[in-house]
This record gives sequence, C-alpha cells and structure tokens, in this order.
Amino acid sequence: MPTPPVQLETIAEDALLLRFGEHIDIAVNARVQAACARLQHELPQLECVPAYASLLLRFDPLAWGDGLATDPQKSLRETVLAALAGSAEALAPTREHVIPVCYGGAHGPDLSEVASHCGLSVDETIARHVRAGYQVAMIGFAPGFPYLLGLDPTLAMPRRRDPRQRVPAGSVAIGGNQTGIYPEQLPGGWQLIGRTPLCLFDVTAISPSLLVAGDRVRFRVIGEDEFARLDADRVQ
Amino acid sequence: MSVTVLKPGLLSSLQDAGRPGHAAIGVGRAGVMDNPAWRLANALVGNRGDEAAIECTLLGPTLRFEQAAWIALTGAPMTARVGTRNLPAWTACHLPAGSVLQLGSMRIGCRGYLAVRGGFDVPPVLGSRSSDLHARLGHAQGRALRSGDALPIGASAAWPGSSPTAHAGLLPWGLDPQPWFDFGQQPLALLHGSHTTQLDEASQQRLCGSRFVISKDSNRTASRLDGQTLQLHAPLELVSEAALPGTVQLPPSGQPIVLMAEAPVTGGYPRVGQVAAVDLPRLAQRRPGDTVCFRPCTLEQALTRLAEREQRLTRLLHRIALRMLQPH
Repeated sequence: MPTPPVQLETIAEDALLLRFGEHIDIAVNARVQAACARLQHELPQLECVPAYASLLLRFDPLAWGDGLATDPQKSLRETVLAALAGSAEALAPTREHVIPVCYGGAHGPDLSEVASHCGLSVDETIARHVRAGYQVAMIGFAPGFPYLLGLDPTLAMPRRRDPRQRVPAGSVAIGGNQTGIYPEQLPGGWQLIGRTPLCLFDVTAISPSLLVAGDRVRFRVIGEDEFARLDADRVQ
Repeated sequence: MSVTVLKPGLLSSLQDAGRPGHAAIGVGRAGVMDNPAWRLANALVGNRGDEAAIECTLLGPTLRFEQAAWIALTGAPMTARVGTRNLPAWTACHLPAGSVLQLGSMRIGCRGYLAVRGGFDVPPVLGSRSSDLHARLGHAQGRALRSGDALPIGASAAWPGSSPTAHAGLLPWGLDPQPWFDFGQQPLALLHGSHTTQLDEASQQRLCGSRFVISKDSNRTASRLDGQTLQLHAPLELVSEAALPGTVQLPPSGQPIVLMAEAPVTGGYPRVGQVAAVDLPRLAQRRPGDTVCFRPCTLEQALTRLAEREQRLTRLLHRIALRMLQPH
C-alpha cells in the first residue's frame, strides 16, 4: 500500500513542519516517529520535535549549506525528502516501559467518577486501563509529560470543568480519549485515576525524560505498600 | 565571592542562550528575550559570549558586589547608580568590592541586561544557566531572583591594562545603542502563518493594517495583543503540533498572542502569522501599553535582514574583542 505523501510547510525562518495527517491516529503517529528517527540519524544537525501528526524540524538557516547563496529552506526540503526516501529499515527497537501504578484512593481521586461516567465498576475501569498497550505520541505541556495513545475508548472522559491548581507528580490521568502522566506537581484538568512512584523527569540524568515519543507503555497495578516502597527507593 | 541581591526589581532572572535541542522532551529553548543586547553586554566585559547575565524587566534590581567586578548594561535604557554616581550603559564599568548597584526604571523598552566579567556562574541545567520561569527549570528551579540570592561570579583573566581602583571606573569608549535598541518602535515584519488565509477578509486587513496594544498579561511566554480582535471564517479544530517563539496564535477569544522565548513546545491554536526572527528582540522590548504594528514580509526578506544583522553583530563583537586587547 503506498504511503500517503508528507506535506512540508515552512513555518519560520528556521523551522520546517512535516505533516503526516490531520487527525490523532496511532498509524499516523507511527509514521511521525519513523520519520523522526530517520532524520535524527541522517541529519543530526536538525532538531526534531515530533507531535501527534507532524514533525517540526529546526535548523540554523544562516549556517545551512552555502549560507544564503541558495534558499536554505528549499535546500533543507530537498535534503529531508531525500533522507525520508532512503532505506526504511527500523533504526532501533522500540523501547517498552512497564509503569507501576497505584490506582484509586488518595492517589487517584477521580477514579470512581471516571468509572461511573463510563458505566463500569472501579475494578473493570482499572482492568481496561491496564489491559491496553500505549504509544507515546509526543511529549509536551511540561517537561517529560507524555501524551499516550491507545486508551480503551470506553474509558474516554472529558477534562474536569475546574482544573486543579496542583496535581501531584506521578499522577496518571485521563483527558478525553488520551491518558498521560504528570511528571511533576503541576496545575491540570485531567481526571486523576492513579499515581506512579517512578520519576518521569530528572534534569540531572543523561536522558532526563523517562519516556520519549515513539516509546510503548504498559501499566502494572501496584498496591499502597509497593507504592510507598518504590517511592522511598526513588527518593534515596 | 559573589553578587548579593538586595532588591529583586520587578522581574529579574539569570538568562543565557537557553536550552536548544530539548523540545522533544518538553523543554523549550527559552533564554534571553533580546539576544543581540545580551551578546553585546557579554562582549563589553570581555566574556566569551555565552555567559549568563541578569535580564531585568521594567525595574531593575539592587545588587551588592562582594568582590570588585566589571559590568556592562545593554538593552532598554535603565537608570543605574552606585552611591551618587550615575553609570552609563553600553560600556564597561568597574565596580570596587562592596559597591551597591541600584538599577532603576526604564524610560522606554522593557528588558535590560546586566553582564559581569566572568559571567554569573551558577550550575548549568541541561546545558544552560538560565531560569525558565514557565517550565520552572534551570537556575533556582526556574524562579526569578529574590532578595538574599547570592550569585557567584565566574573566573576571568585580569582586565587588560587595568588596575583596580577604589572608585567606580569606566572604559573610555562605548557603543552606540541606536542600531541595537528600537527607539522608534517601528512596525514588525510578519511572515505568513499556516492559517492566515483562514482569517476573514476584514481580519486579514486588520492584522497588517492597524495597531495592537501590548496587554498587561504579557510575559516571557507570550506577548498578548489587545486593541483589535481577529476572526476566522470558521472555527478550526487543530491537532496540537510543535510551537515556536514568534508565532502569532489566535485563540477563540480573537485576541492574538505572540509566543515569546518561553513558548510552550506544543500548541493547538491557529497560527495567523510568524514574527520575523530579526524583529523578535524588538517585540521583546515592547512593554504593556506600547503599540505594535505588523507589515507583511516574505521569507526571503526576513532571512536577508536576519543575515545582515548577524553579520553586523559578528563584526561588532569582533571589533569589541580586539579593542579589549588594547591597553586603555
């Protein structure tokens, strides 16, 4: 099956946007991730910023090619298209993470509301959230915040009408048909169903963000005791 | 040895070139709002060029220098006093140990820079000493300076030809601020945005034909524009994509927002324009109440002006560096 063409748009002197689709869709996002990996490999001087259906490339137009003798955006487009047309072999195996989550109670204050909104028992809500496999579509909103695709559609629930001023770090939440994890204490409007003791963002680490776009994620149920133990390990 | 913050001013923070290369993990570039002014301030004190400086907003801080230091002020013109003595901007000034530098208000513009020889040497976070106030990342967890903060000064070679004196001393030369500060508040060049043509016709004319006013809700993340509203032909439902400084976004209120240095890395509002990179420092110098006019420009024109400015700036930085080597 032929792949639909990618649309290129210059959005600033130093930025080229590649659009792979107009909607939030796992297959479109997978194409974004593949293109991102390919371009990071072939053209490391570009900064690649993947989103749901698009990939932003930032470059230095004054240092690209032969200065301004030729149009740097035109030259970038040609280079990018050539790189994308090259080998389609996968560059690296997809990383998979299993994230331990303590659902409900103080860690997931909105879980019962989500369950009743979805017409499910609390246990079934947890089971469906854990059963699904997720793909990190993009990191945004805050450093290390993953937007995860793959939520069971029966668990979709709109954001809260009154966003919270403080959502605790590690909160696992549902917003519309997506799920995400707050990497640090932040204001937020998503429905909080649980919390992970893992640290999602650490500026002192070589790779500060636990998750990057394209990663696969699964959740694992843990109890209060294991949460407390893992949380204590992390703090040490 | 360090500089102690006695009064923080309105919004003062350490800034440098920011954190390029981390947008994919949700960390924006951020950094200085007026990049040429910051680079010139560093050059005037003989720094390498990428050292962190204090970015002041509308009202500068009061600082005590626990050690003797060379400083330079650039950006928006701001009063500067040590004791009863007024210090000029756009040149290097020597401050003896114990000096209290009082930076005051800016008569025009919004952001001033204070560089110190050796730079403010706080531990870098993701390669930058800047405070990202929006992401709460960087120096002091990304907060503005507070009274009592102690900012270490980095090591530097002795100033060529200088002997430390007990009084505040000046270099016998300085820079003309004219090319590097927009005293006349000229119109800003605006590139076409992805959704410019989705604006209704009257709005397209208003965008580049009328005056906007900088709202008081503006900050390092965005300059909000009042005075005119813009409407789309029909509402657009967009999927979030990467966002950039300079982008003119149009939220449903119809009040355009220009993303600035601390722009979020993703956004989902229609993009009705892109302020030319060469004019972003000029927008950064507009304060609440100032007017903004846009004039359309092509990508080619924007790139040419950017290249010309970089060439002028590079030449000037080079000339300053050469002059530093001469005894005075």
